[in-house]
Amino acid sequence: MVEQTTDLLKTPLYDLHVELGGKMVPFAGYAMPVQYPLGIMKEHLHTRDAAGLFDVSHMGQAALKGPDHDTVATFLETLVPSNIKELKAGKQRYTVLLNGEGGIIDDLMVSRPAEPSREGELLLVVNAARKSVDYDVIRARLPEGISLETYEDKALLALQGPKAAEVMALHAPEAAELGFMSVASMEFDGVAVHVSRSGYTGEDGYEISVPAGAAEAVAKALLADERVEAIGLGARDSLRLEAGLCLYGHDIDETTSPVEGDITFCMQKRRKEAGDFPGGERILKELAQGPKRKRVALKIDGRAPAREGAEIRVPGADKAIGIVTSGGFAPTLGAPIAMGYVPTEFSEVGTELALVVRGRELPATVTTTTFVPQRYYRKPK
Amino acid sequence: MSTYFSEDHEWLKVEGDVATVGITDYAQAQLGDVVFVELPENGKTLSKGDEAAVVESVKAASEVYVPVDGEVVEGNEALVEEPGKVNEDPENSAWFFKIKLSDKGQLEGLMDEAAYKAYVETL
Repeated sequence: MVEQTTDLLKTPLYDLHVELGGKMVPFAGYAMPVQYPLGIMKEHLHTRDAAGLFDVSHMGQAALKGPDHDTVATFLETLVPSNIKELKAGKQRYTVLLNGEGGIIDDLMVSRPAEPSREGELLLVVNAARKSVDYDVIRARLPEGISLETYEDKALLALQGPKAAEVMALHAPEAAELGFMSVASMEFDGVAVHVSRSGYTGEDGYEISVPAGAAEAVAKALLADERVEAIGLGARDSLRLEAGLCLYGHDIDETTSPVEGDITFCMQKRRKEAGDFPGGERILKELAQGPKRKRVALKIDGRAPAREGAEIRVPGADKAIGIVTSGGFAPTLGAPIAMGYVPTEFSEVGTELALVVRGRELPATVTTTTFVPQRYYRKPK
Repeated sequence: MSTYFSEDHEWLKVEGDVATVGITDYAQAQLGDVVFVELPENGKTLSKGDEAAVVESVKAASEVYVPVDGEVVEGNEALVEEPGKVNEDPENSAWFFKIKLSDKGQLEGLMDEAAYKAYVETL
C-alpha cells in the first residue's frame, strides 16, 4: 500500500506536508498530500465549518501578455467561449479551452489584474495534468505581440471555508474588500501576493498566488490560526463533488462539450449568439436543440457509494444508458452522491435511475447539480 | 482462543471451529474514514481467497477476503448502521463476520501476531 513517491515533482510546500504528517501520493506527476492525520472526513467537515488550507501549487499559473486588454482578450476569445473582452479589471471568470469539435481541452480560471499598470495581462490558472497540453495549444496560436509566460516559481494556496475571510483579514486586510470572483495584488504579512476570491469547495474563500520562497511562511501563518486546518486532495475532491463542480479528466474531457457538461454559465450572451469559438457549430446546435447527453447529479438511496465507471441504467432494464464520472460519499450530507452522463431525456431533476455497483442496482435520483448550497461572498452593491 | 493474521490484513479469532473475522488496525488506518460496510449473507459458503465483505472509505472501495474455507454463520449488523466503528475499534467490536471453518488446517498458513507485526514493518 506504500505509494511510490520518488521521481515526482514537489511543490514548495512538500516539506511542510511531510512535517504535518500528510500521506503523500502521486497526483498529476506531483507528490501531494491526499490527507493529513485528521482524515478526509474531518478535513472535509472542518472546511465546511471553519477554514481549510489547501496546497494547489501543482496547478499551472501563467499569464498572457500583450499591448492592451482588448488585443489579449480578443486572442483568448479565439480559444474559449467566454466573454473575456468585457471582463473588468480586477475580475475573474471560469472558462474552458475548446478543441475544434467543441470538446473541452481544459477548464481554467482567467483573471484580469486590477492594477492599471498591468494593462494587457490576463492571468490563467489551469489544471496540473493539463498544463503542457494547454500551453502548447495557446503557444501554437499566439499572434505577434502576445506572449505566454508560465510561472514555475510561484506557489498557489487556497484558504476555503466560512472563517476564511476573518482569518485572511488578519494577514491581508485588503482581501476583505474582494467580492466573489474578484482579484487583487496585495501584501500578506509583507509578502507580495496575488489573491482571488474563489475556490473549488463551494465555500467562501481565497486562492493566494505567492512566490515559492515565501509559500511556507504564508502557509504556516495561516495554519497557526486555530480555525485553520491543512486539507488534502481527498477532501478537496469530496468538497468539490458536493459543490457540484467538475473535475477535469473525469466529469469533462476532450469529448464533452460545455453544453453536455452543463457548464454553459461560462458562456456569456455575446459568445453564445455568435458561436465564434472552436467547435462553435456543434455547441450552437446543442444549445438550440439540446445535447444528446448531459451531465447530471445523482443522489443515491442507501449508504453504498457508486464510484467512477459505474453503469447508469433505467431501473430494471439491463442496459447501460450512461456512466458515473465522479462518485463518493458526501460527508456533509452523510450520503453517497455521484455525477455522470445520461441521454438528455433522462436528465430532468427527479428522474429515477439506477447505478450498478457490484452487480446490483442502487436506486438513484437526478438532483440539482449542487448537493450543498454554494456560499460564495457577494459584495454588497 | 488463538488469533491469526493474513497478508491481506484480516484477523481471525478462533474459538472451537468458528472464526471471527475483521480487519486490522493497520488496514483501517490505510483505508481512512469508513463510510460503508457490506457483509456476506448468513449461510454463504466461502472458499479461501473469496471476497467476503466490502468496506468503503470516503475515497475508495476495498474488499475483505476470507483466508480460509467455511460457512458464514453471523454478520456484525452494527457495522452496517455505524461503519465508522471500523476505524474506532477494528480489532474488537468492529468484527465483520463469523465463519464456521471447514478445514482448521488452513489456519497453519496464517501469521501469528508477532509475525504480522514484522510483516507490517516491511510495508
